[in-house]
Amino acid sequence: MSETTVNQLSAKDFKSDQEVRWCPGCGDHAVLNAVQKALSEIGIPREKIAFISGIGCSSRFPYYMNTYGFHGIHGRASAIASGVKVANPDLSVWQITGDGDALAIGGNHFIHVVRRNIDINIILFNNEIYGLTKGQYSPTSQKGIVTKTSPFGTVEEPFSVGELVIGAKGKFFARTLDSNVSLSAQIYVEAARHKGTSVIEVLQNCVIFNDGIHEVVAGKEIRDERTIILKHGEPMIFGKNNDMGLVLEGLKLKVVKLGENGITEKNILVHNAFESNPGIQYMLANMKYPEYPVALGVIRSVPGATYESDLAAQIEDVKKSTKIKSMDDLLNSGSVWKVE
Amino acid sequence: MTKRSKVIEKEEVVIRFSGDSGDGMQLTGTLFSDTAALYGNDISTFPDYPAEIRAPQGTVGGVSGFQVHLGHSEINTPGDFSDVLVAMNPAAIKANAKWIKPGGTIILDKDNFTQKNLEKAGYSRDPIAEENLENYNIIPAPITSMVKESLKDLGLDMKTVTRTKNMFALGMVYWLFDRKLKYTEQYFDKKFGKKPEVAQANKIVLRAGYYYAETIEALTPVIRVSPAPISKGTYRNICGNAATAWGIIAAAEKAGLTVFIGSYPITPATGILEELAARKDMGVKSFQAEDEIAGICTALGASFAGHLGVTSTSGPGLALKSEAIGLAVMTELPLVIIDVQRGGPSTGLPTKTEQADLMQALYGRNGECPVVVIAASTPSDCFHFAFEAARIALEHMTPVLLLTDSYLANGSEPWKIPVMQDLPSIKPPYADTVEIPFMPYKRDKEKLVRKWAIPGTPGLEHRIGGLEKTAKGTVSYIPENHELMVNLRAEKVARVAAGIPDLELFGPESGDLLIAGWGGSYGYLLTAARELQSEGYKVSLANFNYINPMPGNVRDVFSRFRSIVVCELNMGQFANYLRMNYQEFRYEQLNKVQGLPFTVNEIKEKCINILEGN
Repeated sequence: MSETTVNQLSAKDFKSDQEVRWCPGCGDHAVLNAVQKALSEIGIPREKIAFISGIGCSSRFPYYMNTYGFHGIHGRASAIASGVKVANPDLSVWQITGDGDALAIGGNHFIHVVRRNIDINIILFNNEIYGLTKGQYSPTSQKGIVTKTSPFGTVEEPFSVGELVIGAKGKFFARTLDSNVSLSAQIYVEAARHKGTSVIEVLQNCVIFNDGIHEVVAGKEIRDERTIILKHGEPMIFGKNNDMGLVLEGLKLKVVKLGENGITEKNILVHNAFESNPGIQYMLANMKYPEYPVALGVIRSVPGATYESDLAAQIEDVKKSTKIKSMDDLLNSGSVWKVE
Repeated sequence: MTKRSKVIEKEEVVIRFSGDSGDGMQLTGTLFSDTAALYGNDISTFPDYPAEIRAPQGTVGGVSGFQVHLGHSEINTPGDFSDVLVAMNPAAIKANAKWIKPGGTIILDKDNFTQKNLEKAGYSRDPIAEENLENYNIIPAPITSMVKESLKDLGLDMKTVTRTKNMFALGMVYWLFDRKLKYTEQYFDKKFGKKPEVAQANKIVLRAGYYYAETIEALTPVIRVSPAPISKGTYRNICGNAATAWGIIAAAEKAGLTVFIGSYPITPATGILEELAARKDMGVKSFQAEDEIAGICTALGASFAGHLGVTSTSGPGLALKSEAIGLAVMTELPLVIIDVQRGGPSTGLPTKTEQADLMQALYGRNGECPVVVIAASTPSDCFHFAFEAARIALEHMTPVLLLTDSYLANGSEPWKIPVMQDLPSIKPPYADTVEIPFMPYKRDKEKLVRKWAIPGTPGLEHRIGGLEKTAKGTVSYIPENHELMVNLRAEKVARVAAGIPDLELFGPESGDLLIAGWGGSYGYLLTAARELQSEGYKVSLANFNYINPMPGNVRDVFSRFRSIVVCELNMGQFANYLRMNYQEFRYEQLNKVQGLPFTVNEIKEKCINILEGN
């Protein structure tokens, strides 16, 4: 396939012939659209793309993509995707997972793929509930939530995805809303271009079992006031009238109003996603409504060596210096003797 | 090197080096076996050590042993009883007293037979008297003090000095068996290249032991085991884990593929991962995963991406991999799963051998989930069966489970090095790029194998996964389709039988008793069968390597014997498997679950019992 044809691929070209079976109104539909849109912009040919998933509603995703795809087993998508990428670094590997798949049953694989910095783009659909098993709490469910397995409310603290990614030495973390297709698509393009593990948390709505869980920040009327879209190199300003901002007060972030108490744009923090020290990015990732707006966009994007390229380089180095070039050489290496 | 007062020729000899787990007995045994193999003896070795890296010093639990069997004819087992025991402390006597041949030789470090050490081993005063070993050839040597004496001018610290005492014992054994020190001295130079003073100390002590043995002459007559009449060729010593790793690499070379090993360290399988990790020269990609599940899942992902995916483990790890093996069955991807069996259940006996994972290998998954199961039977044929496992996986698009065991993994033997040109070619069923759209579960008529479409190939984009599908790859809950696919997957594995060799018989074509075994008990069973044959019994051995599917001639072979005894290191798993598959025969059983291999004697006893009951 030539470069020109590749560039001509549209979002539609990435749709498979399978009927999409998510519930009507599910946030997953919008994520699928955003990913297909992003891929048409990225310009990687279909055959060089692999979608790998675990188990859960979102994990049906690969079936709907006209690329290579592998629907795995619960929690193991990070491990399967790691094997795919290390085996063939030329592939653009995307992992589709949810809050249960990635952070409960697959928590171990998730932190380790992030630590190893394998160049996989992980889209984590966070709806704070188990959908496919019909409504049990997840590791991101807020403490106290009443679900089928917590009829009196949960008694455990949730994970924050960004905190976990940064804690696991993650180099790329972004957050988006399922409903914001254009922001999502931009983020997917950036994630694809980032070399290393990229984790994108999608605040996704489960219309059946947890409807409106993100509505308090994601609702159309209020989202400009309660979220902030971070862009590298730009001041952290938000609000319908772009009159709110973030400043550093002591060791904490603080929301301020421009024009009040002499605050101007100059006082507002400028977002640096490329800063390797994760201090401020960590605070941004953890901002919660109502004290803060919820941060969207690319929060952290730091270059670093990837596992697969370091491994390939190591193999090349050893191959250059070794006398063992074939299996016959290996078989006859070291202490051998002849019987005449 | 010196004149001998008297040299006796022996056919074969068993030597056991035994001491604290920190005494370096594994190294001592390995150096001795390498020297014996280079001299041309056939050998078989058996390391036997505790799970704890440093178990309490001086206790029976902390005893580490290494047994070497060498001979000038073919050797198939590490031997039941030892002719020579090197005992570095009283606990070593305690652990091995019943395994010494009557009248055998015991070399002991008498400096270590202190009251405290005697008590730790459970003796009150004199182990030799308490074990009724007075009539044995006891050689009490003051090893520790002589080592200190010989190294006193080198200015080494005490730890380094005492660490060399195993080499004193080794020197004594070299003299006893009339062996040259050259190979071991070369080893010191290589191993301690950056610490010449340590290399020097080891050499001094090795020679001190050698000359001590000569001086006291207590060891005479010197025992010589001449080289074995082995067929022409180039040989090397190899242990089961290394042979397994190499078999995989050889198969990948034949198939033109890269090896990807995803594994998590576990005793006694770790050696496979270590060897493959060291083989970057052969392009191996090794991935030490965060757990057993990630090990197999990364390997399966690599298979999907077009590599030879491999994962190695032992029983507890195999349990963790079960679900992913099911995924490999469902996605019909090539995958080699190696289970180096150890004593179970649970953590069980991590460093000991057993054959009790057979049922787990055959059936330990949800759903109707057939995999090919094969088992290696000697340390060196782990190469062949690892190669076979990979060949079958790649040509039949199926996971293959290779069973070895702790005894094979750690045991070593001389091995005639194969020539790659002589090994069969391996041709994976790659998808044809003209057949678009690609149908992932469309099968060839003969083997029922699906095609392998490697990501990156234009036009063959497809989706596979753990859900039931139609031939086209569409997810399907249609009842009839599920049944059809279950049957097809089973039949595909059954048809592997067409490409495997017949069951081989060791001994006459028919007779009074067939010894049936599988995998790693082979050496013991063969030795027992041969001894029984030479004693006039009509006994043959059939040792199974292909377990699912089975060779085509099993029924025919079984029908030619009056009795069948199934011998295995478990409670009868293979016997029951045979009962299920070949119901018309009656099966006697010999079972053992002590974490140890059989002894030739116990096999013979059982056989004679059956034969005389006939």
